[in-house]
Amino acid sequence: MLNLLGMQILGAVSPTTKMVDDLFWFVFIVSAFFFAIVTGGIIILVALYRRRGKPGLTSGASHNTALEIVWSILPVILVVIIFFWGFQVFMRLSISPGDSMEIRVTARKWNWLFKYPDGSRSGQLVVPVEQPVRLVMSSEDVIHSLFIPDFRVKMDVLPNRYTTLWFQADKAGEYDLLCTEFCGDGHSRMYTKVIALPKDEFEKWQTENQGTASGPDLFVMYGCATCHSLDGKPGIGPTMKGLHGKTETLADGTTVEVDDNYLRESILEPQAKIVRGYQPVMPAQPDITSDELDALIDFIKSQQE
Amino acid sequence: MEAAPRLNYITQRKGILSWLFTLDHKRIALMYLFMIMIFFLAGGLYALLLRLELWAPGEQFIGQRAYNQAFTMHGAIMIFLFIIPSIPAVLGNFLLPIMLGTKDVAFPRLNLASWYVYMFGAIFCLWSLVQGGADTGWTFYTPYSTQHSETPVISITFGAFILGFSSIFTGLNFIVTIHKMRAPGMTWFKMPLFCWGMYATALIQILATPVLGITLMLLILEKLGIIVVFDPTRGGDPVLFQHFFWFYSHPAVYIMILPGMAIISELIAVHAHKKIFGYKLIAFSSVAIALLGFLVWGHHMFVSGQSPYAAMVFSFLSFYIGVPSGIKVFNWMATLYKGSISLTVPMLYALAFLILFTIGGLTGIFLGALGIDVQMHDTYFVVAHFHYVMMGGTVFAFFGGIHHWWPKMFGRLYNRTAATFAFVLLFVGFNLTFFTQFIMGAKGMPRRYWDYSDFLNEKTYHMYHGFSSIGAMILGLGFFVMGIYLVHSLFRGQRCGSNPWGGLSLEWATTSPPPTENFEHPPRLTHGPYDYDKVLPENI
Repeated sequence: MLNLLGMQILGAVSPTTKMVDDLFWFVFIVSAFFFAIVTGGIIILVALYRRRGKPGLTSGASHNTALEIVWSILPVILVVIIFFWGFQVFMRLSISPGDSMEIRVTARKWNWLFKYPDGSRSGQLVVPVEQPVRLVMSSEDVIHSLFIPDFRVKMDVLPNRYTTLWFQADKAGEYDLLCTEFCGDGHSRMYTKVIALPKDEFEKWQTENQGTASGPDLFVMYGCATCHSLDGKPGIGPTMKGLHGKTETLADGTTVEVDDNYLRESILEPQAKIVRGYQPVMPAQPDITSDELDALIDFIKSQQE
Repeated sequence: MEAAPRLNYITQRKGILSWLFTLDHKRIALMYLFMIMIFFLAGGLYALLLRLELWAPGEQFIGQRAYNQAFTMHGAIMIFLFIIPSIPAVLGNFLLPIMLGTKDVAFPRLNLASWYVYMFGAIFCLWSLVQGGADTGWTFYTPYSTQHSETPVISITFGAFILGFSSIFTGLNFIVTIHKMRAPGMTWFKMPLFCWGMYATALIQILATPVLGITLMLLILEKLGIIVVFDPTRGGDPVLFQHFFWFYSHPAVYIMILPGMAIISELIAVHAHKKIFGYKLIAFSSVAIALLGFLVWGHHMFVSGQSPYAAMVFSFLSFYIGVPSGIKVFNWMATLYKGSISLTVPMLYALAFLILFTIGGLTGIFLGALGIDVQMHDTYFVVAHFHYVMMGGTVFAFFGGIHHWWPKMFGRLYNRTAATFAFVLLFVGFNLTFFTQFIMGAKGMPRRYWDYSDFLNEKTYHMYHGFSSIGAMILGLGFFVMGIYLVHSLFRGQRCGSNPWGGLSLEWATTSPPPTENFEHPPRLTHGPYDYDKVLPENI
């Protein structure tokens, strides 16, 4: 596939990409034409009528009906074409095909959670290729916006109702998936990937993804990884490296030893104890099951120096 | 060169109190100029900080929250404290009465009050700034701003609320002045086009600003726990805020760009020494843009979950606002035809405006097309687009106007070589900073991102961000040079006569700087502002 200015010219990764990029190139050519007229026109006019010596009286021409009609009507015709084309593409982006696979999306500060029809969940959007996928999205807190640049799709994710978008990956591979509505401290970390797999590999992945996810998967799925590093670097929240067994100083000056019960409380009621130097911004995790909680705490315990 | 006139509006009275209690529109304009330049510097320093942070992926200088606060303060300061008041309150205030041939604006006390209200609003914004600044973006979207942000949101929104009144006062003053105070013989169509631009701007200021005031007040009351309008957990609708906000803030785009267009009409006619092409079309298109501007706010919300049919209507109407803007550009180009073009510093800014505004306008076509906007919304493509319109358009026009009327305001000329050099730096720096952003935006680089190290395209983004940051440094250097030669000219600049450019509108008929009452004798209108085919200006 050939890329220029970020838009594909040949070979698309999805049908929506092709629709949008064709329109993009049409508008680009129209724009380049007018830009050339304006810039070239200015350069020629300045070169031709450059002042030499003192100015005398100049032409009083201030109208040319034919010219004015041309430069009013021509842009109108072009924008009407662009409008209809743009609207047509927009409707195709808005209306998902009937055979779409439906995946529910929960957005929150600051991670994405994808829920599949079979009840399994994932922190990455794993999809089969050549299959339209419809996302039904809602937010648990503020407004987010789900954006997959390679597929040219984006839709705000609202806290008080569902919004939807659809796409289809025609090529297996990894694609960026990110939040584009500013949502606070972790906005630029609210990132995950679309992983498009061939059909058989996708089915294999689905079987493996049943039941309780492993600790590392949960750590990503519940968005812990957005704010808590595993390598000792402080992020929006404290690092997990060497956390278990450590003594933390809290915002009110008291100290607490990090044990299983402290971790449990901090996951279920994040605002109960705030470590000094950090903001009370962690969201509660009401969806977490007790099996998952055990697996997650075991994973955090295993992050030793 | 002739000696400085006996007494002018600057030398007539001395002392700080003579400024703070002045009712002279020219002095109030200079007080505005002083303040907005301070805020332009502050907003610009924030911009440099942002560009430094984005120089490379990962954390460079500031953390994530500090970055969020920095881009919020950059936007809020530049929009509410710099661009919106810049042209109307400085150049409009200074020039409108002189161009109309009158002594002052209709309500001089209201004019002074608007400056004090501006200062009062600015204090609240500064209060937010010294606490680190809000982190909501200048758009204050709910429910993040009301329910989630832990930064000083109330002080900055209250500041913007107060600043709105200052804007309304100025608009009101201009409308009444234009209706009632024109010199004998100055009919509507003999006014310089600058006055038409100010008139169209004033209409929007009066009609749209109250909506912003109401919206921000609702936000503050909700944040104080008094009412619930936007909070989704208690039955409110956060998207309603976006409708309210853009109902003001889209027309506000025209509060910002129409004055820029108003300046360009003057600059091109004077420095091309040519009758303006299509006077009435330029005048009416300003008013048309002002009115149409109220019907397109939904194009900021194509992916907000609004009905696709609402999006359709907003997209359709948005395209029609592009047409009068395009017509203006063609009219300005046609004015150059058979003119006598002098590449003075103001003319360079005017020509740069034509090119940059054209890019800004054409990229608006991309964003107006629904299918493309889905991709571009909230990416750097949008950031680049509005900087081409707001900075390449309005700010270039503003500095073009400053360079054009500087001799009138202070009676002195700046160093032309230094000014041309600074212009080249600004033009190159601007395009390097923002053209790169179109490309990374189209690729999918989202705006308001502190870091881009997660992306698969990290290396490409790094390259574009790097160029953009270099461009920003060149821009900063350009403004630094401009500051030096402008301040230098105030004390050492060559004195100039009343009409250094050979203009025909009334401000060139009085001395530089003008006397307090603007004209020694009430001016008689002997020719139109653009009659370069009939009259040869004196003293060029």
